[in-house]
Amino acid sequence: MTNARPPKSRGALARREARLAWGLLLPTITIVSLVIFLPLLAIFWISVKPVGLADLRPVAPIVRESLRNKGDDFRIEYRVRNSSQSKPLDNVGFTDTIPPFITLDQIPERCTLTGQALDCEFGNVEGGFSERIKIPISGVSDKKSAEPIVEGSEPIVRGSGDNVLTNNEFTADNFKRIFNSSEFLSVLWATIFYTVVGTIGALVVGLFAALLLNKRFRGQGILRGLYLFPYVSPIIAVAFTWVALFDPFSGSFNALLLQMGVTEQPINFFGQRPLALIMVTVFEIWRYFPLSFLFILARMQSIDSDMYEAADMDGASPFQKFWYLSLPQLLGILSVLFLLRFIWTFNKFDDIFLLTGGNAGTRTLTVNVYEQAFAISNIGAGAAVAVVIFAVLLTFSVLFLKYISREEGL
Amino acid sequence: MNFLRQGIITSVTIGVLWAMVVAVTVAVVMSFATGESFRPALYGSLVYGIIAGLLGLFIKPRVVNYSATILIGAALLWTTLSQLHFSVAHNSVLHIVTALLLGASAALPLHAMLSSTHPGALTRHSFEDAVIKFLTGFGYIVFTAIVLIPFYVMVMTSLKSQQALLQNPLDFSIDFGSGIALFRSYIELFSQFNFGNYLWTSFYISVITVVLTLLFSVPGAYAVARLNFRGSAAFSRTILLIYMVPMIVLALPIYIAFSISGLRNTIIGIVLIYPVTTIPVALYMLQGYFRGLPVEVEEAGLMDGLTRLQVIRKITLPLALPALVSVSLYVFMIAWNEFLLAFMLLDDPAKFTLTRGVTMLNSSEIPRQHLMAGAVIATIPVMVLFLTLERFMTKGLTAGSVKG
Repeated sequence: MTNARPPKSRGALARREARLAWGLLLPTITIVSLVIFLPLLAIFWISVKPVGLADLRPVAPIVRESLRNKGDDFRIEYRVRNSSQSKPLDNVGFTDTIPPFITLDQIPERCTLTGQALDCEFGNVEGGFSERIKIPISGVSDKKSAEPIVEGSEPIVRGSGDNVLTNNEFTADNFKRIFNSSEFLSVLWATIFYTVVGTIGALVVGLFAALLLNKRFRGQGILRGLYLFPYVSPIIAVAFTWVALFDPFSGSFNALLLQMGVTEQPINFFGQRPLALIMVTVFEIWRYFPLSFLFILARMQSIDSDMYEAADMDGASPFQKFWYLSLPQLLGILSVLFLLRFIWTFNKFDDIFLLTGGNAGTRTLTVNVYEQAFAISNIGAGAAVAVVIFAVLLTFSVLFLKYISREEGL
Repeated sequence: MNFLRQGIITSVTIGVLWAMVVAVTVAVVMSFATGESFRPALYGSLVYGIIAGLLGLFIKPRVVNYSATILIGAALLWTTLSQLHFSVAHNSVLHIVTALLLGASAALPLHAMLSSTHPGALTRHSFEDAVIKFLTGFGYIVFTAIVLIPFYVMVMTSLKSQQALLQNPLDFSIDFGSGIALFRSYIELFSQFNFGNYLWTSFYISVITVVLTLLFSVPGAYAVARLNFRGSAAFSRTILLIYMVPMIVLALPIYIAFSISGLRNTIIGIVLIYPVTTIPVALYMLQGYFRGLPVEVEEAGLMDGLTRLQVIRKITLPLALPALVSVSLYVFMIAWNEFLLAFMLLDDPAKFTLTRGVTMLNSSEIPRQHLMAGAVIATIPVMVLFLTLERFMTKGLTAGSVKG
């Protein structure tokens, strides 16, 4: 009894608790891995494949069956074709069940009849392949009643084409393409500018807003609610409003500038090269300052007021109190917010996409994913950009986790 | 700095700066409200600022200061040293209203700003006090303006015709006499563009998303927050990491998978994918809340013979009800505002969500006021929710990321 130690193995209770925990987590883990991890793997896979938007519909044989007649001579027609105009198909064929009351008068050479099952074989076919098989039949007298029965049995089609998504064809072209293109530098610059200036801007503006509202007065609640408006309203609503507001022809802001005599000519805010990037960054600051404002205000209100009273006694001026007391207290939340917002701004897609569509030098990495995959219809290149984003993000996240675990004790 | 700290210099500088701020603000407000042309005038503002600053410095009694500053400010508007150039007729009601507005918005704040100043050298404290009060006033105006103007423009544009807007983009005055015709674009959106349908689709998709999210994230968050198991720390970090994966990166493979499986362009596909985007957020928020609940209450329940699941149902969830409301609101907002997935996955106008429907209005063939009316329709439900449940909402927003 001299050296009492805690038991090394885990007891039954602890095991039961762990089992329950995994049971509770299982649904979440399943669904999240299905929709997060699988797509992430898929992105890596696609990024090294030459996939275009058109390749998403895989090549397949198509068979259409119909009952035709010329007077009393009835026949069954099968139309077999390749869905693709260019890609070949291997081992194409189909099997169909013939209703028992029908007898086939003649069996084409491609086909064999075993019992009621008709089997036709076409072998390997080229792109654009199309063929009709006509089989005269007897046993049908009324087209209307027989048609649903004959056409009701769907032919079972076989035959496979090469699917570029699953075959073993790999390429480095996607990465070469995105890194080589002259746009890449401009994309990189736009991303860096947007992320850095947007993040810092939103933080600083949020800090100012928090300073304004960090006192009790009538209407403080209303103003606080009001300052959150940009963040809570739908992105489509505010983005389109900004586009309307800054329109060079019918935009109020331009009209205002003209009236105040600031400019002579209307300014195309979202269509000129350096200006558009600045404008989307300003929009980003405008839309997300409420978030930092909210956090900073919450932190400010939890600072002990004793400290300020002591500073007052010592004769500190308001600026000194802010600089030497408030700011050091806020440093923790500011840096966490900075990292968080940095990552989120880097990830942002909707805002720029809606404001400029990535034109006029505002194409960031995220917008480039869409641009490559859908505008240029090169899914592979889009995925390659996504991989680049993911790599950058992973670096940020490691940094972030390291920091936030210290801040939060997670 | 010492030279600036003379009472007279401080007062006059702040007076001039504030007079300019007031002139610009009043010009913008009056332009937006009436559609007439208003322009701030430099020299007028300069003169008025000097006078108002001196008044604030030397005349401290409130009533005298107010009436003197307002009267002089208003009177200047009839002279050649007017603070504004404007197109309204002299002595009209509008003219008088502008004059009083100008005087009052200069007098009241300036009196407060200059309350700690006095002739002669100022202490550092009273100097900074005046500067901070000026900056505060300036800040209120700037922040309120940048937040309000876009929303004001959104609502007003939706009520005006395209021609009227092209003629004078600053004229937001509306003719209340036209009655119901004022809401023409809204009526057209609901009758011709199927917006009633979109509203309903958005609503039930958001509600289903909230329900599914809670269903998955409550047990998961509880497990992470309360139960001991190997890998719980790694798990909560993974949640945080997932939170950081950009939607556009996932959207591409999801688009491909949905295209191949035929889930693209279906409501089911959207309902399947929305909760997955919100579950990590909800998990993260809820585990924070659960950790904050007193563990003793739950242990008491366990001692009294409840199983873990009963503890969750009978003790934890009722205690966490405010948190559940916050999370639900936040998730509802995310689902309601979601644009990217709806845009990529839905092509059939019969199945559009509201955000997707509004995007459809962004075309040169459809008049601008329809787009703005669509934006208003999309914004109002979130705003109503936000304003009525602001307490929960702000809590949800803050809990959504990090503890302060």
